[in-house]
Amino acid sequence: MAGIDEIVFHQLLQWHHFFDHATPTIGIVSDGLLHAAELLAIVIGAFLLIDLAQHRKLAAHWAWSGFFLGMGGFQFFDGIVSHKLLRIHQIRYEVNLFYYDLTWNLSALALLMVGVWLYRRARQLDRG
Amino acid sequence: MTEHAHAEAGALLPWLPLTLVVLITVCYLLAAGWQRQLGNGWSPWRSAFFILGSLLLAKALAPPVMAWAHHDLYGHMALHLVMGMLAPLAWVLAAPVTLLLRTLPQAASRRVASLLKSLPVRVVSHPLSALTLNIGGMYLLYLTPLYAVSLHNALVHYWVHLHFLLAGYLFCWAILAGPDPSPHRLSLRFRLGVLFLSMATHALLGKLMYGYHWPRGTGHSVEEIQAAAQLMYYGGDLAEVLLAVALLVMWLRTPHSRREPLWPKLIERRAP
Repeated sequence: MAGIDEIVFHQLLQWHHFFDHATPTIGIVSDGLLHAAELLAIVIGAFLLIDLAQHRKLAAHWAWSGFFLGMGGFQFFDGIVSHKLLRIHQIRYEVNLFYYDLTWNLSALALLMVGVWLYRRARQLDRG
Repeated sequence: MTEHAHAEAGALLPWLPLTLVVLITVCYLLAAGWQRQLGNGWSPWRSAFFILGSLLLAKALAPPVMAWAHHDLYGHMALHLVMGMLAPLAWVLAAPVTLLLRTLPQAASRRVASLLKSLPVRVVSHPLSALTLNIGGMYLLYLTPLYAVSLHNALVHYWVHLHFLLAGYLFCWAILAGPDPSPHRLSLRFRLGVLFLSMATHALLGKLMYGYHWPRGTGHSVEEIQAAAQLMYYGGDLAEVLLAVALLVMWLRTPHSRREPLWPKLIERRAP
């Protein structure tokens, strides 16, 4: 069951990524905090994985599914919520955004689907 | 004649910090070699870290680099990164205090050990006070006229650089709580938390300098200040990530049974 935490963790990791490139604006306190959290999350995450592996408790198939779900989930969140709904920032400026947005969100969906497939496979593996 | 001697001393003064670094390094290596001869052993990794730290410091303290750092804020920031963050980390990893304690005669060694347990050392070596000294010192330097003063006053200038080095060393030691024995027993999570605060406040300072063009009154152009602030932001990240990696590598090197849980939920599930 350790894999569940991996999922949560990787989602956390990708979530912070969103803030990383979302705020090039200057002078926001929260940005500094989130920036630090994101960096530390990546480092600590990597070491947690090593720790689990050393304890032979790492459920690799769960971890991979979490990895893809996290990446896809936040790519998608970023693409839909912050780019389009909140309009915090755009991928590029002064060009037609349609194809950029399309590519962005489709790649997010592809990552999500890989994640869902791995999740189902992990469940099957645990049952079998 | 005296004027001539004065000028000579003036020309030699910039080399003083570099000479001190070389001397300290030679002492460290002699002591390490002696420990090995005695059969006590001394990890070559530690010596390598010390040499690395010394090389970084020597590069930063070389008079041409110092001169560059003096008139160019970007150079100053590069120097600050090396002197205040990278070199101290390498030196802390070299465990110089342990080596000193082993090398000194017993009586002197005991005195040093009790000095390390004394209240002042305990106070400044706490992660939170080390953080305040380190990052607080930076806020004070860059967001007040202190930086402008340090450009003209040699004494303040030297003091600022010594402060970088000492505060950086103290901070790395406080966060790692090793390999030299720390007078505090603080949890890994607490120390990671302080490191998090340091990263956040450091990044914030970089952005404040970038956005509001600090330090002021120095004649540096906006572009120069922004380049320096960016270097501070990304270079600071690099140094602090390296510190986090060092801390977690040390954590992984402790045997499973004594390893402190980082993520309590995982441990609960791990228990049969």
